[in-house]
Amino acid sequence: MNNKIKKILPQIITVLFVLGIFGFFTFNAQINMDNRGIDFGFGFLTQESSFDVQFSLIEYSGSHSYARAYLVGLLNTLLVSFISIIFCTILGVIFGVARLSPNYLIRNSAAWYVEFFRNIPLLLQIFFWYYAALRALPVPEKAGPWFGVTYMTIKGYYIPSFIWTNLDVFLYSILAVIISIIIISTYAKKLQENEGKQTPVFFISLGLIFILPTLTFFIGGVSLDFEIPVLKQLSKTSYVFDGGIGLPPELIALVLALSLYTSTFVAECVRAGIQGIGKGQKEAAASVGLTPNQILKLVVMPQALRIIIPPTTNQYLNLTKNSSLAAAIAYPDLVLVFAGTALMQTGKAIEIVSITMLTYLSISLAIAAIMNWYNKKIEIKEK
Amino acid sequence: MNSLNFLKSNKQNFYYFLYIGLFLFSISILDVAINAFLKINITSFLPGIFSIFLPLIIGFIGLNFIRTEYSGIKGLDIINKNINTNNFNAILTLLIIFAIIKATPPSLSWMIFDANISGDTKEACTGTGACWTYVKVWFRRFMYGMYPNDLHWRINLAFILVIALGFFGFFLRDNLKKYLALYYVIIYPIIAFLVIYYLISGGAFGLVWVETGAWGGLSLTFIVSFFCLIFCFPLGMILALGRRSNLPMIRYISIGYIEFWRGVPLITVLFMSSVMFPMFLPEDFFMDKLVRVIIAITLFEGAYCAEVIRGGLQALPRGQYDAAKSLGMGYWKMHIFVILPQALKLVIPGICNTFLALVKDTPLIFVVGLAELAGMLALAKTNPKWLGFAMEGYVFAAIIFWIICYAMSKYSYNLEAKYKTER
Repeated sequence: MNNKIKKILPQIITVLFVLGIFGFFTFNAQINMDNRGIDFGFGFLTQESSFDVQFSLIEYSGSHSYARAYLVGLLNTLLVSFISIIFCTILGVIFGVARLSPNYLIRNSAAWYVEFFRNIPLLLQIFFWYYAALRALPVPEKAGPWFGVTYMTIKGYYIPSFIWTNLDVFLYSILAVIISIIIISTYAKKLQENEGKQTPVFFISLGLIFILPTLTFFIGGVSLDFEIPVLKQLSKTSYVFDGGIGLPPELIALVLALSLYTSTFVAECVRAGIQGIGKGQKEAAASVGLTPNQILKLVVMPQALRIIIPPTTNQYLNLTKNSSLAAAIAYPDLVLVFAGTALMQTGKAIEIVSITMLTYLSISLAIAAIMNWYNKKIEIKEK
Repeated sequence: MNSLNFLKSNKQNFYYFLYIGLFLFSISILDVAINAFLKINITSFLPGIFSIFLPLIIGFIGLNFIRTEYSGIKGLDIINKNINTNNFNAILTLLIIFAIIKATPPSLSWMIFDANISGDTKEACTGTGACWTYVKVWFRRFMYGMYPNDLHWRINLAFILVIALGFFGFFLRDNLKKYLALYYVIIYPIIAFLVIYYLISGGAFGLVWVETGAWGGLSLTFIVSFFCLIFCFPLGMILALGRRSNLPMIRYISIGYIEFWRGVPLITVLFMSSVMFPMFLPEDFFMDKLVRVIIAITLFEGAYCAEVIRGGLQALPRGQYDAAKSLGMGYWKMHIFVILPQALKLVIPGICNTFLALVKDTPLIFVVGLAELAGMLALAKTNPKWLGFAMEGYVFAAIIFWIICYAMSKYSYNLEAKYKTER
């Protein structure tokens, strides 16, 4: 009996304490909102937002609703995170591998790269790129072309845009390629397990990836045109680039800072993963007669990836959360558009901040759930 | 391939190859160096592309010539083993050396030779390089924010006292050592809080009151991160114990708390502190902006701290718990006297890393209008008298932050190495 009380009493006290805090806050919020004449509710989401966003992936103007403004911000956040994740992975893998190089110079340059970008606050890096480095770029009329058709100017990076005809046929062909690759690799695995035959899955897949989408250009009526940005004179002194896609400097600064900063952490994950594979594993693989390529592909990488992927995903998650620093340089991400402008206009502090936090929280939890599932799947099954 | 054998050194012509190789290698480096430092291109008579790649080709041939398995010459063997193991490495080596040589003159001339530091107006900056005059003039603002100039000694004194008190624990007499954890977890934070509060904000003991709005610069970064650290540590400890508790409600609440704060970005937490907190507090209750920010960061960082401490708790062998229980110790006695002292020692490097992350995160308080270093830079940058020196400001701030963070990361790395061997 005594034991039971010992177990239940602390729990009851804790729950009451937490409920008490929540109750206190709700009570105060109620009074405060009554005093200021604000009422709680999410009805504002359907109202007309009447503010403009300078960079948007979907069609948006002031006549759209707040819900759509939220979507614009969310998409911008996802866009900048997605681009940065790609770059930080590439850089991270290169520098992570370079840190293990037998070459003294390469090893140490990679180490200094990591130490350098890791130890400067991200916000300062973003400010540096945006206010100092990108401001030194030429104005549109003086910008020379990069790679012939793109222009890096103080107003952003202008690249040609694609103009597709029958894009859907092309996308279907890619879908078909993915499905057929999955089917082929399952079949090849079965074949190897049952009969010990090896199929060159990689080359077959590579061939499929190239051939099928290319075929659609000849048969499916798909064609691709480029719209190249052209310099246009607005008035005597002001020029802009017309046509193509203009990436705003805010986006470029963010992508630069986020991918350089996060790549240092990814590099450390990669290094730890490769170092985590014991020498014995490689020697054992060599002694059963595997070639160096097979050792890398069948023995080292599967084990190294098991160590690398979980912390790296964590870094991707951090990157996505860090992308909220966009607000500091006025890139219209979720925080700036929704928790900034929309909050200022509606004054619905509690609702808007909660929605913003819940959005990030659900992204984090979703990725964490996928990661847990993945870890369970790849974990070493000990008997 | 046999016909190419005359290109490989053997015992007879080894020294010829060595001298020719070294000669070619040094010529390639000399060419790039002359090109970079004196801006003279000695190979300009060659056609464009070839002139650019010539040093690379010559250096590559040179390195190829001096590559041997073992020569017995110490310097040569070190070079071969470290930067010249195969062709691919040789090219990368050359590229890195060339990149360093090429990057040195412009950065040196920008930072030192063409830079200005004398004078105290914008007009004093005549060179093409950096204008360190700007940093010099604004230095006190960058360090102390809007804090009155003649009172800066109070901030300095407060920091010196806090650091001295931190080291005080190391000089305790042996019979007092058992209270060390108590000192650092409870007494030290309270004393440090009082010191900083009364010295920096004043208002008592004959010191002039300085409102928190005037605090700023790098010192604010330290104040915020220091307070957050000392407050988030106990919070993290409670949460870590809660997460490992076998009482379900307590465990779920701890997990919920930790996962919630770890899932949201700090910037939204700061927004919350500035717009949501006031709503949640009683009407007539006013809370300073700085205090709200510190509370918000503490709540946020507490979750990260909890995970670090949990790592330490999990690293302890089960035997420790069993031994404590078999002595008849209860939950609290066991944790206070057996588990926590050992676990906390294990997590010191982790806590150090959390503190590092905290210091790197504090510039974010800029978004709610507190002007620490990044905020002061933004302020100085838009000052009409000092337009156009953003680069200098950010380079200066980056150097300062880099030194602090690098020192801290090295320190925590050393601690980690030290504790690894002790166990």
